Amino acid sequence: MKRFLVFVKKEFLHIFRDVRTMIILFLIPGALILLFGFVVSNDLKNATVSFLDLSNDEMTQKLSDKICSSGFFQRGENLSSYQEIDPALRGNKIKAVIIFEKDFSRKLIGEGKATVNIITDGSEPNMATMATNYISAIIADFNSDLAGKGATATLLVQPEVRMFYNPSLKGQHMFVPGVITLIMILICALMTSITITREKEFGTMEALLVSPLKPVQIILGKIVPYFILSFVDVIIILLLSRYVFDLPVKGSIILLLAESMLYILMSLSLGILVSTVSKTMQQAIFISLVGMMLPTILLSGFIYPIENMPKIYGWISAILPPRYFIIIIKNVMIKGTGFLYVWKETLILLIFTIAAIGISMRKFNIRLQ
Amino acid sequence: MTAKNIISVRDLNKSYGPVKALEAISFDVREGEIFGFIGPDGAGKTTLFRIITTLLLPDHGTVTALGLDCVKDFRELRNNIGYMPGRFSLYMDLTVEENLNFYATVFGTTVKENYDLIADIYSHIEPFKNRPAGKLSGGMKQKLALSCALIHKPALLVLDEPTTGVDAVSRAEFWEMLKKLKKYNITILVSTPYMDEAMQCDRVALIQGGRIMSVDQPERLSEGFTRKLFSVVASEKYKLITALREYPLTHSAYPFGESLHVTFRDDRYDDSLLDFLESKGVSGVTIEETLPGIEDRFLELMQKS
Repeated sequence: MKRFLVFVKKEFLHIFRDVRTMIILFLIPGALILLFGFVVSNDLKNATVSFLDLSNDEMTQKLSDKICSSGFFQRGENLSSYQEIDPALRGNKIKAVIIFEKDFSRKLIGEGKATVNIITDGSEPNMATMATNYISAIIADFNSDLAGKGATATLLVQPEVRMFYNPSLKGQHMFVPGVITLIMILICALMTSITITREKEFGTMEALLVSPLKPVQIILGKIVPYFILSFVDVIIILLLSRYVFDLPVKGSIILLLAESMLYILMSLSLGILVSTVSKTMQQAIFISLVGMMLPTILLSGFIYPIENMPKIYGWISAILPPRYFIIIIKNVMIKGTGFLYVWKETLILLIFTIAAIGISMRKFNIRLQ
Repeated sequence: MTAKNIISVRDLNKSYGPVKALEAISFDVREGEIFGFIGPDGAGKTTLFRIITTLLLPDHGTVTALGLDCVKDFRELRNNIGYMPGRFSLYMDLTVEENLNFYATVFGTTVKENYDLIADIYSHIEPFKNRPAGKLSGGMKQKLALSCALIHKPALLVLDEPTTGVDAVSRAEFWEMLKKLKKYNITILVSTPYMDEAMQCDRVALIQGGRIMSVDQPERLSEGFTRKLFSVVASEKYKLITALREYPLTHSAYPFGESLHVTFRDDRYDDSLLDFLESKGVSGVTIEETLPGIEDRFLELMQKS
């Protein structure tokens, strides 16, 4: 036991003394979360819109106030003619221009129909689509308010936008599970595979082998420090998403942490597996990056929905453990479902873990090759 | 001497694919002696040491160390061997002290317990005990690696080229330390590519191309050299060696420091040699008989095989 503990201590020293390892362990997770949260944000927040109000009556005032008080948009300068639209959009500050037609109120009440034009900057397609969707949604809301008051039964526009599980349309909801999944593969699989191959490359593995240390002790000694530190990472990410992005965990936090532990263990055992088949650090890095990181990013459903993939990719993704973890974590974090909804995925992860540990124990050489 | 054998190797063979690394190796190492393997790079020294330290499996042949089979009893054997691989197996980011403590604990002991054993060696590097091992000089790394290999008081110490890449002063110090270890009755198996270090061993095996050419005490090894050896000096060494090799009565001619070591077919030379050299444009030649060293014996054996 003492042998094992001194080995673990040695691993911790390696980690804490290597700046690069520390950066990968603690800076990259935080940076990725903030990066995805703020920079690659799919969110609309205080986008500037200008109004060209040709009727300027009570209804248009109400509607434009509603749009600007939503939190998604803020009011830019008011335009007075069509000619001003183009320069306004070109100025790049204004994301959308909303035009109320002449006699808006009168038409709406009299004919039960009035038109709003939304003009967006198509050179920023994501922003443009989002702005239109959000504005349409707000207008729809405005319609139902009107309908509710009984002032008129007619509807202006009826956009078919419905958001499940993410009613406030927060983009972070989508990426937090993905980033956790990705970071755990990065840290656990990549880092453990590197640390074992490093011992091989520097010749220290030779000395370790000619010692009373058993393979189990060496493997576990490598796993334990990274297990603890990765778990700290999960907590950091969850705290960041809670306090920076205001995203609480909807389901049971205990369940989420337990599932994360399982996933960390699975990634670690994959890393060990990689290290038993590679002789150099370069090989280990290559296998981890190409064999695990890329598929995790592309095929696990993190960025591209699995349903939209060609069938063959769907099949490939079925053998990627991250895919199942993403399902689990999305369920627990966002939908707030319990263990009953994710037991199948949990079981699959468990099987992956046991298989990877079993194979690495068998493949771990008690001698040199 | 009736000391028991610590290592006993019989008919050991090992190949890597088509390359034969070791062929029909047999030798014994007695308790408490310093046994040296001398041979050039690629002679098979490291492979042999790795088989003895249970790191590699022999293709066939029997290898026992400390009375244990190196294949079957590897686990028990690993408790009692101190091994210093060719690349110093130190953790470069750990300090001197941390490295030593790590190896001590891994081998189930403490630095305190066996401090007297390494005191002599470790005292040289103790002033730097808080320095990362990666920042030590080659000589200090070597001393630390030796301390780490010794800390559990192994009955057998296996050192793979411990002096390669280390300065001359450190090398000399290192051999002194090894000799001091004898009083603890530790058997030492050591390899080196340097011929001059052979004299430091109790017995030496000359190894070349995966075969042991000769095993003996270093003094006796050179006695195996039966020809008369001459040291030949001239101002133009290159011209001299080509000329000598062309001379029909020359048996061998090798550069040896500033001079050439030459043997002749009938163990003697006459004036015809000087005439021959003169005709080749080599002048100012001095020839005198000299005593053969291990290197001469080694080259002779190499030529035969």
